Amino acid sequence: MAKDQQVLDSPESKQIIAPGYTFGTVTDQIASVVLTKKTPYVVMGTFAVAMGLLLIFLLAVGLLFTKGLGVWGLRGPTMWAWDITNFVWWVGIGHAGTLISAILLLLNQQWRNSINRFAEAMTIFAVACAGMFPILHLGRPWLMYWLFPYPNTMGIEPNFRSPLIWDVFAVSTYATVSLLFWYVGLMPDLATLRDRSEHRALKVTYGILAMGWRGSAKHWAVYETASLLLAGLATPLVLSVHTVVSFDFTVGIVPGWHSTFFPPYFVAGAIYSGFAMVLALAIPLRSVYGLKGLITDKHLDNAAKVMMATGLIVGYSYIMEAFSAWYGGNVYEQAAMWNRMTGPYKYQYWVLIACNVIAPNALWFKKVRANSVVLFIWSLIVLVGMWLERFVIIVASLAQDNLPSSWRVFESTRWDWATYLGTIGLFLFLFMLFIRLLPMISIFEVRTLLPQAKIKEDSRR
Amino acid sequence: MNQPIYGVMAEFDNPSALVSAARAAREKGYRKLDAYSPFPIEELSDALHLHKNKLPLLVLIGGIVGGTIGYALQYFVAVMYYPINVGGRPLHSWPAFIIITFEMTILFAALTAVFGMLGLCGLPMPYHPTFNVPRFALASRNRFFLCIESDDPLFDHRKTSEFLETLGPREVSEVAH
Repeated sequence: MAKDQQVLDSPESKQIIAPGYTFGTVTDQIASVVLTKKTPYVVMGTFAVAMGLLLIFLLAVGLLFTKGLGVWGLRGPTMWAWDITNFVWWVGIGHAGTLISAILLLLNQQWRNSINRFAEAMTIFAVACAGMFPILHLGRPWLMYWLFPYPNTMGIEPNFRSPLIWDVFAVSTYATVSLLFWYVGLMPDLATLRDRSEHRALKVTYGILAMGWRGSAKHWAVYETASLLLAGLATPLVLSVHTVVSFDFTVGIVPGWHSTFFPPYFVAGAIYSGFAMVLALAIPLRSVYGLKGLITDKHLDNAAKVMMATGLIVGYSYIMEAFSAWYGGNVYEQAAMWNRMTGPYKYQYWVLIACNVIAPNALWFKKVRANSVVLFIWSLIVLVGMWLERFVIIVASLAQDNLPSSWRVFESTRWDWATYLGTIGLFLFLFMLFIRLLPMISIFEVRTLLPQAKIKEDSRR
Repeated sequence: MNQPIYGVMAEFDNPSALVSAARAAREKGYRKLDAYSPFPIEELSDALHLHKNKLPLLVLIGGIVGGTIGYALQYFVAVMYYPINVGGRPLHSWPAFIIITFEMTILFAALTAVFGMLGLCGLPMPYHPTFNVPRFALASRNRFFLCIESDDPLFDHRKTSEFLETLGPREVSEVAH
């Protein structure tokens, strides 16, 4: 019967999340991770490891406070090494979370909806880890409040012409705005948890955190405006933060640092390492908690593409860095570049080239992007590569600067390692608490992705 | 003002039904009404004429105030309070002040956006009459509610309930204070 033929006006767009979900099932599936499900052994194991590393961190910091900065391998002329490397690495990782939550929101990329929550959490915890290194490196960290301009009896104020003070303002603003954005995004989901939890104490806790959110249309209208405005504010902010971080180097006249293309190069590198961290977290999470229907292969594919694109920008920057050092004709720049490639840090340099320039090209192939195990390994390779990049830029330039008589090869100590691994422990510790206590996927934003959420208006209107 | 109840509320099981119910209630002349849904619905704001709010203006003001404070702080410190003469270079070195001015602009604008949103919504509000409806807990899961409030001039307990019944709800219930 020709009349019964079902004709599609337009082929249905590719679903971002797996078919078959309803408003109820997405809510229950995500909320159950927090409310009812037993914590899997893998998560408990990771939590234990994270806790152990966190204790090592406390030990390392305790030793640092009692003995001073010499416990790290800092000796002239390399007066900042792993600490600032770790700072840049962690801040960079945080940037992918803001990119996903703000820039992709403005670009109306709906696939972000099921990964933005934990990516934002990742941002906050990464910035928390990053923020500790400059403070620990102060020498007298208990006087860190001197960094802020406040009325004081000493009659002195910070120097606003210094990039280090710009950093204080940029990173603290970034941490504040990220936290606010994350909390605003959580409010409707906290209300869901309040309504779904059966235990009285949980109900009260989530109820206080949800601030009485009731999903009123009047509230949603203001809420949507607020989200868009916050996204619009966070977008230039995230670009400014890593720009300011790169100013820490470019404003100095150390050969290998004093260059105008550091800001875009650093921002691309930040997003590159951040997406690697998103993949490194998402792939194990979705299989442990059975969320493959919400964080689908499509998400991993998209994230891998962003990672590859920013990786290619980073690769281009390495080439331009070497080219401009050679073409610029400055002997110090040329020597610094040559030392990087062939000097005491040549292994680190070539490993970083392998990790950041050669490895991401595997992501051109769909088969690689579709295999989550390979993708997980690749994201770890990128994370290692990006750490080495910062290390080589910072340490290779400082250890062999303008004055050959003061050259000295930097040697890391076990306390450098302990502090670095300790912050990884802190990061994982906070992250494991987060996935246990708060919904790791934004429930209300996933609801909007369902086909049922589309309004079918009466034809007469 | 002292109505015995807060209003009457109809429950729907899909967003399209809620949107058409909201439109019908507006056409009928009800003005004091609110809809409740587990996610933002563009068409619902349209049906209830909620597209304009003061938040963008507030955020603009917040940003301007933040930027001004940021620049004024640096000017005051670098030029008046603690001037440092670096080889005779100008004290009012404005290019170096741009970054902190920018960061303070963003910080104040973002704080205004969040606290302004809470203020305009009247949150935190731990108690609200709608929470008295037992099934309202599903408003944060998979149900959609339309509430016509009793201080609406057209409100009449029996007639309004009957009107809501005609919109094809799952259930109509009254909301106690």
